Amino acid sequence: MNRRFLLVISVLTLFSLLLGACGGGAVTPAATQAPAATQAPAAAAPAASAGAVELQYWLWDANQLPAYQKCIDDFSAKNPNIKVTVTQQGWGDYWSNIQTGMITGNAPDIFTNHLAQYPTFAAKGQLVDIEPLVKRDSVDMSVYIGDLAELWARDGKRFGLPKDWDTIAIVYNKDMLAKAGVTEEELNQATWNLDDGGTFAQILGKLTVDESGKNALDPAFDKTKIAQYGLIINGAGGNSGQTEWSWLAATTGWKYYDGLYATKFYYDDERFIKTFQWYADMMLAGKIMPLELVTSLGGSAAFNAGKGALHAQGSWMIGDFANNATFPFGFARLPQGPEGRKSMFNGLADSIWMGTKHPEEAWQVVKYLASPDCAKTVGSFGVVFPAQQSGVEAALAAYKAKNLGVSAFTEQALEKDGTFLFPVTDNASEIEAILSPMLQSIMLGQAKAADVLPAANAEINALFK
Amino acid sequence: MSVQSSSIPKLALQAGSTRRWRTRETVWGLILILPSLIGFIAFYAVPAIRGVVISFTDWDLLTPAKAVGLANYMHLLKDPNFWRALKVTAYYVLLNIPLQTILAMVIAVMMSRLTKSLVIRSILIIPWLMPSVVVGLLWLWLMDPNIGILNAAIRALGGPTVPFLNLPDLAMPSIALINIWQYVGYTALLIFAGLQSIPGSVYEAASIDGASELQMFWKVTVPLLRPVLVFVAVTSVIGSFQIFDTIAITTKGGPVNATKVLNWYIYEQAFTRFNMGYATAISMVLFLLLIFVSMAQMRLMRAGESDV
Repeated sequence: MNRRFLLVISVLTLFSLLLGACGGGAVTPAATQAPAATQAPAAAAPAASAGAVELQYWLWDANQLPAYQKCIDDFSAKNPNIKVTVTQQGWGDYWSNIQTGMITGNAPDIFTNHLAQYPTFAAKGQLVDIEPLVKRDSVDMSVYIGDLAELWARDGKRFGLPKDWDTIAIVYNKDMLAKAGVTEEELNQATWNLDDGGTFAQILGKLTVDESGKNALDPAFDKTKIAQYGLIINGAGGNSGQTEWSWLAATTGWKYYDGLYATKFYYDDERFIKTFQWYADMMLAGKIMPLELVTSLGGSAAFNAGKGALHAQGSWMIGDFANNATFPFGFARLPQGPEGRKSMFNGLADSIWMGTKHPEEAWQVVKYLASPDCAKTVGSFGVVFPAQQSGVEAALAAYKAKNLGVSAFTEQALEKDGTFLFPVTDNASEIEAILSPMLQSIMLGQAKAADVLPAANAEINALFK
Repeated sequence: MSVQSSSIPKLALQAGSTRRWRTRETVWGLILILPSLIGFIAFYAVPAIRGVVISFTDWDLLTPAKAVGLANYMHLLKDPNFWRALKVTAYYVLLNIPLQTILAMVIAVMMSRLTKSLVIRSILIIPWLMPSVVVGLLWLWLMDPNIGILNAAIRALGGPTVPFLNLPDLAMPSIALINIWQYVGYTALLIFAGLQSIPGSVYEAASIDGASELQMFWKVTVPLLRPVLVFVAVTSVIGSFQIFDTIAITTKGGPVNATKVLNWYIYEQAFTRFNMGYATAISMVLFLLLIFVSMAQMRLMRAGESDV
């Protein structure tokens, strides 16, 4: 009896150890995937034309995959000696897989890069400086809209060529607006300030409705039983607050810091503290969907499910609303703050990994992906705004064909002083680790912005000493 | 450690002589454990030793490591985030283990007294057979405040929306609940197997002596089950100190650090903040902690003996 029992136990233990070994590897699937990704085409190499160079290109946005696949196909047609395999991976796995790839020597030759990520990779010597190649081939940097190209340059080096841009606007549920008697014109002309929230706060009050149909301006409004929230944001926002709070904080004249790579942050500035506290107070009043109801599946899922009337979101999500919203929707301009309307102007670029065996061919691909030809192709898919005017025109035509009015995004981009840049910085993940919990606790009503942000900001600035 | 070193010579003496090492049984035994021995060396022993070395360096994974002596360990003592992670982990273990063990015990006793149905036993371990990632995703959707079915049910009964995973006070209990759901069946099955090894005659004797069901449980079942209970307690405490996947899928350490357990903190340091040396130093501390906890448990519960 006893021996048999021990056998059962030991078999079970062994089994659980094996499973544990698999389970514990939750971090490492990247390690097994990355080589697989590079080996597959290598195995197929003999079938391809002899001497063809094989390159890997990764991106994370599934919506953009068909557009960039088309660009790559066009590129291959002109360059039969370069074969590029495009791989798309979700945002969550993307960065850990690239990182594991860099460590194990299997990272993609070319990959779509983000401003929050590239300074770390550049500082650790993982990205090819393309400035000499830009000069050699005299690439015309003036075609790129605004400062898009400059976001990727540091100390005379350059780590990517821009391929698209985005701004923020307010997407609204037309049915809810009509029911509350708010016109689209009113929403487009909304104002905002720190004293009383302006007409934007009034609109949010009208659009927040409880289960008995009373809106938040009604004294009998029951904020414990809200059926429809005025505004949905994507969360607490981390260090950029791109779609969450940056578009209001910036209208007060507040800045993250004094410019790209500056080492002194201003999260302790009174204007930022007051703006952030305004969000928290609106959440507690129920006019903005409370943070605890947003985080798990994201603000856009809640908006598409009809939980709120307005939603602040970036232009890269236009297609997502077109595919998933079950009601008529439109895009409105951001509210005007004390210093006008402000949106982050941000963009992606393709970078070349230092470990590539074919830097010259990889550069050809990057150059093509940032060229007017590819910009027009990508624009024609109507999923994103390309970094060059010709591509933007193609994109506008494509959006128009889909019956989507996207001028709220483009007008914002063109407006004088209407945009500011992503806070590109070193120590981004350290800053995130310090700031995010603080922002969350303020929005959850556990702390006051004025009490916790100065200390957090001091901790952040200490990172640079 | 002292327990082991003193018990090994004793065992050898009991076996009589070292000749036993050369019997066919031993050869076969060694052949049979070889596959798992290779696995153990390749995936546990070697990484563990490398880990010790890495913990004395400053390494960002991408540039060569620099030896820094005890700096990582000194930093750890002063790092409030480490101590908070330790507290959060301990809180989780306390939420998880007692409830899970008691529930498993109840299920096991009920099974052994009421039904030995293979179907029910199989159903019990289905959650345990599911990959943790799937379990995490499943409950992430179930518990979603806006579109989750759990909240739909609560609202239908007139209750308020419960943001299970999104409020700092609720997040850890919710994760404990998910993991209890996943592991209680497996634990119950282990205990059930232990119950099967208790001879029926003992119960017969007890019932002839007029013992009630409850008395039999406390005076017969529990004492005879002690070795199994120790095994269950030690392995589940170790497993629960190492919680990672459920948190990685559902809360990612949030909200407001409420679920930032040691393993998540290690992951964050290693793979998003590139402090591999420091992350490894924390792992080493966790390793020592688990050895200590396991030894204390074995001692306290007198693992080797049953009360007969």
